[in-house]
Amino acid sequence: MYDVIVIGAGVSGCAVARELSRYRLRTAVLERACDVCGGTSKANSGVVHAGYDAKPGSLKAKLNVEGSRMMEALSKELDFPYKRNGSLVLCFDEKDLPALRKLYDQGQENGVEGLEILSKEQLKKLEPHVSDRAVAALHAPAGGIVCPFGLTLALAENAAENGVEFRFETEVLKIEKTETGYRIFTDRGTLDARAVVNAAGVYADRFHNMVSEEKIHITPRKGEYCLMDRKVGGLVSHTIFQLPTVYGKGVLVTPTVHGNLLAGPTAIDVEDPESVNTTSEGLEDVMRRAALSVDDLPVKQVITSFAGLRAHEDGNDFIIGQAKGASGFFDAAGIESPGLTCAPALGKYLAKLILEYLPADEKPDFIARRKGIPSMALASLEEKKRLIKENPLYANVICRCELVTEGEILDAIHRPLGATTLDGVKWRTRAGMGRCQAGFCSPKVVEILARELGRDMSEIRKNDGGSRFLTGYDKDGIDG
Amino acid sequence: MKKDLVIIGGGPAGLAAAIAAKEAGVEDLLVLERDSRLGGILNQCIHNGFGLHTFKEELTGPEYAARYIEKAEALDIPCKLNTMVIDLAAEGGRKRVTVMNRQEGLYEIEARAVILAMGCRERPRGALNIPGYRPAGIYTAGTAQRYVNIEGRMPGREVVVLGSGDIGLIMARRMTLEGAKVKLVAELMPYSGGLKRNIVQCLDDFDIPLKLSHTVVDIKGKERVEGVTIARVDENSKPIPGTEEEVACDTLLLSCGLIPENELSESIGVAINPATGGPFVNESLETDREGVFACGNVLHVHDLVDYVSEESSQAGRNAAAYLQGALAGKGKAISLRAADGIRYTVPASIDVSRMGETQTVRFRVGSVYRDAALEVTCGGRVLKHIDKRVLAPGEMEQVVLKRSELQNIGNSESITFSVRTEKREV
Repeated sequence: MYDVIVIGAGVSGCAVARELSRYRLRTAVLERACDVCGGTSKANSGVVHAGYDAKPGSLKAKLNVEGSRMMEALSKELDFPYKRNGSLVLCFDEKDLPALRKLYDQGQENGVEGLEILSKEQLKKLEPHVSDRAVAALHAPAGGIVCPFGLTLALAENAAENGVEFRFETEVLKIEKTETGYRIFTDRGTLDARAVVNAAGVYADRFHNMVSEEKIHITPRKGEYCLMDRKVGGLVSHTIFQLPTVYGKGVLVTPTVHGNLLAGPTAIDVEDPESVNTTSEGLEDVMRRAALSVDDLPVKQVITSFAGLRAHEDGNDFIIGQAKGASGFFDAAGIESPGLTCAPALGKYLAKLILEYLPADEKPDFIARRKGIPSMALASLEEKKRLIKENPLYANVICRCELVTEGEILDAIHRPLGATTLDGVKWRTRAGMGRCQAGFCSPKVVEILARELGRDMSEIRKNDGGSRFLTGYDKDGIDG
Repeated sequence: MKKDLVIIGGGPAGLAAAIAAKEAGVEDLLVLERDSRLGGILNQCIHNGFGLHTFKEELTGPEYAARYIEKAEALDIPCKLNTMVIDLAAEGGRKRVTVMNRQEGLYEIEARAVILAMGCRERPRGALNIPGYRPAGIYTAGTAQRYVNIEGRMPGREVVVLGSGDIGLIMARRMTLEGAKVKLVAELMPYSGGLKRNIVQCLDDFDIPLKLSHTVVDIKGKERVEGVTIARVDENSKPIPGTEEEVACDTLLLSCGLIPENELSESIGVAINPATGGPFVNESLETDREGVFACGNVLHVHDLVDYVSEESSQAGRNAAAYLQGALAGKGKAISLRAADGIRYTVPASIDVSRMGETQTVRFRVGSVYRDAALEVTCGGRVLKHIDKRVLAPGEMEQVVLKRSELQNIGNSESITFSVRTEKREV
């Protein structure tokens, strides 16, 4: 019997798990995929929103502003990449100035620090590559960028280090109320828990509706993105949003925390909660809209594109807390943007509710700090030398585009909740994230994974299920 | 550490450059190679057809590489393997090369001259904007070639190849020989990007259909590729609705162009020609940074390794001349203009006072032409007119200019390379 079972190892689930790991509770996280961060948390803008978007007084607004304020300290405590680069909302038409003003007022009311409205001249001075079409902008210096994998992995690893059990490739099929809590039926057996956290992303409605009389409905909302080479990552330094225009809701252009340039997302409601495919219309749309914000958008520097699904709830708000008629069943449902930003605050908020339901003592030996994998690419010359002295494998480059070494890859495999797949290595180290998109390093990473995990190369997968790279040996199936 | 000459890359370009430099009298030189052996990508090119021009015989890639590796060994040229150059910077008149490897850690080499010979990489799926899912089973042709030829492993059973670049064609044949079914090769352009001989020997001989003016418009399969959708494209390379065709497969190989790897060149401030993706070089194959030379596929993508070797030997000799002070003194540079069907020229300029008796100018055309001619003109005057039965983008062309021809162009500042034609195909 577990005290708490968290369904979903995305950023919300991991944030809750990490908060719960401060207490004497037996907690498990169940995840359908083979790694953390495999769903909605993986494919998004990686933006830490300042908090002017959400409706004043809403839980979304409160968690957003709190999460944004917590992020910097958390990034130091848990050692993940975060940068407060500030954000700008561009206004393209004098007629829309009142809407920009409204956003400013809303931000003030939500408690966002440092907001100011910039004139065209001030804007150009701050961001020279912003399009001349922009007539004014809202500047939010509190806005930031974060690595979604980095944040989620940090929360998960720290939770694991503090005793939370992670069960991957474990799909929840059914949940039933029992005398003492809930019985969770999975494809790998049945588990009992006093309390359940439903952080299942686009599937959260399915689980909520199994136990609660008040039904919810989540629509997967697809967002497509284009990622550009680090060469052009310096085109803008702020995260550039667009005030909704006659052209639509607008897309953002932002440097990523690793120095790439990212444009997106689209927003298309889809039926299939697995449809993370990109479309030619979507990708064209992203680049066309992004070109409204910045001049000379380097379309030829796109190195990859991807799509993510936001869990949009019909009521258009986060559903956080105990589900109606289901005591001990806590939702973190409908967590779309700014979910990544909210995660640290959401974790605390939900953990507090759970502790009221399931009181427990704090652990005196809780380990608050976590050390990430050193990055040779980001290390100074002196740090690089020190790392190599510590372990010469930090000098053996495996991924040339992102300068990732064998030392870092071994760290990724052998740490808590270590990587078992090529994507797992990629998310933890950035090997394969660069301009050649794993062309050169993937055979080497496959080889290292096989060696370190004691498996044959043919068993190494890209990520989930049947995503194997190799199908056999040369001349298999040739007669004679 | 100090060196007169550092050569970055121990593939065919770096080896030929090092050998030529050593033979021209450079004693204090060093080749830096990131892989565990010399020879570069030739090591995985186990098919034959290499060396017809250089050695007048057909060698495999490893055999061709071995000729140069043996020569470099015989000449006692020092090479560091498993060594990555992580930065290249100018410091006064010298170049600072920052390298690291397991044995020696991280350190700097101060070099008087550098030859860039880092080669190229394949254009990945993301840069092609192919929509669809992102399952396992999508490889660049070169990555698949490594799995099959080096690891002895098959990356798939039922294959579609996108792009008819030479590696794609070679891999269509290799996958077939190793027991896979190659369903088709789709090519966006109305002509192949590869050598004619490869179309014949790799596709025609194995009845593999080549679908010109076709591209992949969707990739299916969430975990492993389950199929692709191909469609015909119009003259602007846009897919034509209604021409879609589903092809079941578990593997998509991409052979859609090679990109010179010039990140280090850029870090030392070398100007890059957008038409080649490689540095602008003068007659000495010297970049706009004095003492920094470039050759092979990092300079521009070649069709045959023989030309890489030839060009790189020249770079090696020129680097030697530079170190010996023989490249000093600059005359007037004539710029080479690529016009009317010519995409670029290498070199981009010629200083007649520094050129040899002859100067080879290499370039590619942008379309397929039949019964056309290559012309080199200065002002209205034709310096050279070479009739060509066929010109194709997949084959590199070259024109050899004599010094005497350039000496009497008077005060002209440029000469122009163009295709003269009445009939342009497609």
